Amino acid sequence: MHNKKAVKVGLASCGIAAGANKVFDYLESHLPKEKAELKKTGCIGMCFKEPLVEINDEKGTFIYGSVDEKRAERIIREHLIQGNPIEEWIVYSNTFETEERDYLKKQHRILLKNSGKIDPEDIDSYLQVGGYEGLKRAVTAMSPDEVILEIEKAVLRGRGGAGFPTHLKWKFTREAKGKPKYVICNADEGDPGAFMDRSVLESDPHSVLEGMAIAAYAIGAEKGYIYVRAEYPLAIRRLKIAIEQARSQGFLGRDIFNKNFNFDIEIREGAGAFVCGEETALMASIEGQRGMPRFKPPFPAQKGLWGKPTCINNVETLAAAARILSQGAEVFSSCGTEKSKGTKIFALAGKIKRGGLIEIPMGTTIREIVFDIGGGISSQKAFKAVQTGGPSGGCIPAHMADLTVDYEALKEAGAIMGSGGLIVMDEDTCMVDVARFFLKFTTGESCGKCTFCRIGTYQMLHILDRICSGHGEPEDLELLEDLGEKIIKGSLCGLGQTAPNPVLTTIKYFREEYEAHIYEKRCPAGKCRDLVEYRIIPEKCIGCGLCSKICPVNAVEGVRKQPHTINVRKCIKCGSCAEACRFDAIEIASGLSEGR
Amino acid sequence: MGEKRTALEGIEDVIDAIIKRHADKRGAAIPILQDIQKELGYIPKAALYKISQLPGMNASDLYGIVTFYSQFRLQPMGEVMIHVCHGTACHLAGAEEITCVICETAGITDGETSPDGKITVEKVACLGCCSLAPVITVNGETYGRLTPEKARELIKNIKKETEN
Ligand SMILES: Cc1cc2nc3c(=O)[nH]c(=O)nc-3n(C[C@H](O)[C@H](O)[C@H](O)COP(=O)(O)O)c2cc1C
Ligand code: FES
Repeated sequence: MHNKKAVKVGLASCGIAAGANKVFDYLESHLPKEKAELKKTGCIGMCFKEPLVEINDEKGTFIYGSVDEKRAERIIREHLIQGNPIEEWIVYSNTFETEERDYLKKQHRILLKNSGKIDPEDIDSYLQVGGYEGLKRAVTAMSPDEVILEIEKAVLRGRGGAGFPTHLKWKFTREAKGKPKYVICNADEGDPGAFMDRSVLESDPHSVLEGMAIAAYAIGAEKGYIYVRAEYPLAIRRLKIAIEQARSQGFLGRDIFNKNFNFDIEIREGAGAFVCGEETALMASIEGQRGMPRFKPPFPAQKGLWGKPTCINNVETLAAAARILSQGAEVFSSCGTEKSKGTKIFALAGKIKRGGLIEIPMGTTIREIVFDIGGGISSQKAFKAVQTGGPSGGCIPAHMADLTVDYEALKEAGAIMGSGGLIVMDEDTCMVDVARFFLKFTTGESCGKCTFCRIGTYQMLHILDRICSGHGEPEDLELLEDLGEKIIKGSLCGLGQTAPNPVLTTIKYFREEYEAHIYEKRCPAGKCRDLVEYRIIPEKCIGCGLCSKICPVNAVEGVRKQPHTINVRKCIKCGSCAEACRFDAIEIASGLSEGR
Repeated sequence: MGEKRTALEGIEDVIDAIIKRHADKRGAAIPILQDIQKELGYIPKAALYKISQLPGMNASDLYGIVTFYSQFRLQPMGEVMIHVCHGTACHLAGAEEITCVICETAGITDGETSPDGKITVEKVACLGCCSLAPVITVNGETYGRLTPEKARELIKNIKKETEN
């Protein structure tokens, strides 16, 4: 029986979106049961090649990329029955080099070590890889203070964005007077370009539960909440399964490990408000109110949920705590930089060849991430910038690509570590438009409590709209900088205090792009719709009609074999026609100099 | 008329059952609203009235909550729910243009339901499959690597199907 092959299908949201369920169903009904065993797993991390299917047999490990039913059929026939791996479809193997192997080479998977390996809906699968050993060690062999000391030795800092030392938070909550105490897992993940937490919850939910239980033991809490975005139905479903299973095996509930330690967890779903990721707003939301942040101090450690001492940590922080307790502080403290230890998970996306979920040691450079791990830019265009920290973060230009990723270096550059969104941009990306995009997001999400955040961001957005539509004034840049500084100073919570960052960093590093919009009414990236115009060059157009067929809004007019024209009133400037034209007959005009 | 009444009574029963289920929870207003929306697709006025009668609740706070959280819908949604991702990766990949095409083809503006009550289009932030950007979901099923043309074809097909 030992030489039965194991076949795993990656069934996290990214895989499912790419069609992994269909592949799983196909394999389930066509796999020769005597030869192979089919299993589900979470996110393998190579989102760019989803759906992924991993085969483990006597020859080694083989991960197939972009699997559909057709490919699955041939994989069954050639690999599973005849024993011949199909090399051209394999994206990773431990037996030979693949182009994609570099994607994993520079990664260091501590937190993601189980993702894509275990079955997230089966607690036994977690137990087989050492699951709940950390909790066992903490509860049966250590005092709460020793647990906190272990976290201190690991130099774990909060992964929710601010990087606050986790051991201090636990210590303050432990020492705070008042009972009961609470542990909250912040799984609100509001950055609109990030999915690390979701992937951890979908692929390895027990790690987070274990981390919460360890935190509860350390601070003396009996009840925990996971506040998770309602937009993450699969994560919620898997968490529910995991909580049930952990209860039935005695890792949650009463008298855990017979040590008179009680702890249980309730799931609360977010209701679509970014500001609820902020800890005090999140607690207000659990209490059933509008998610409005409040002034700190008192900090949640003193006065948190229902006015009681509360420890609130991010998903990744808690998963890290579970690893630290099960494998020892050194797993974490042995990698990273002086002040930022351990690894960080990033959701690598944007104009990048190999996008997906990556875990890297702190101190990796942006260049290594973009080129060695990500394989470079996906288009023909040049690398322009990366954005970290989402709506609270900033853009780092290509010429600073040797910057290391750690809390201090990023902050100095004007960006922030954030929760882990890392978006790569190429020359086709307009930085003014990017700044406007984030500001539009924060303006919409401001809870409205602070005047500067509510009205200031709105004014900034208004100015950016003006610049993008060609009505920018020379004094707009100073106005933006001035408003930005005031909003930072005049806001109560992190939302307002960081909202101007995307604007301020792009002004700092890409000022000339703003100036082109303002003075020349030109968008160098050709993105700002009001500043570009698509035109057909009559001399080049042969009237083949391809563009008019492809135009999604029927803006191209003309008769066959005659030069066509574009109706500017209908055109939405999506660029489809220019991409389709085989005769280079469509030009994109932008700016005053081009006669607009 | 009689039909309408039973439908309404059915709704009231659903609401009562959900409220009862959360009776012993602290801060239950949001979970109650969420369950009602899950069950009915939106929050009817009757539900707001009933929840506002709970101890410790009042109508103005409740209305504040319902309008604060973008998840809650006070109008019924269409048979076909289209979510267009406007996360960062999708924005860079042309989500604006995709939205334009979808709305133009479906004949609505985003955030709205078509007059026949069939199609609703809403913007959402990151659906978590950024490497497939731009992405939309149609009744929960994901469509990735869209182009404006593909989006147009997709919506045309949906329209055809809903008409039948
Ligand atoms: C506007 C805003 C949104 C936030 N969103 C999140 C979030 O989605 N997830 C998260 O873990 N922390 C978020 N935070 C940070 C939390 O307030 C808090 O610092 C964090 O949960 C603490 O956990 P940590 O110490 O483990 O990082 C947000 C903060 C602000 C100001
Ligand atoms: S930004 Fe659209 S899926 Fe992430």
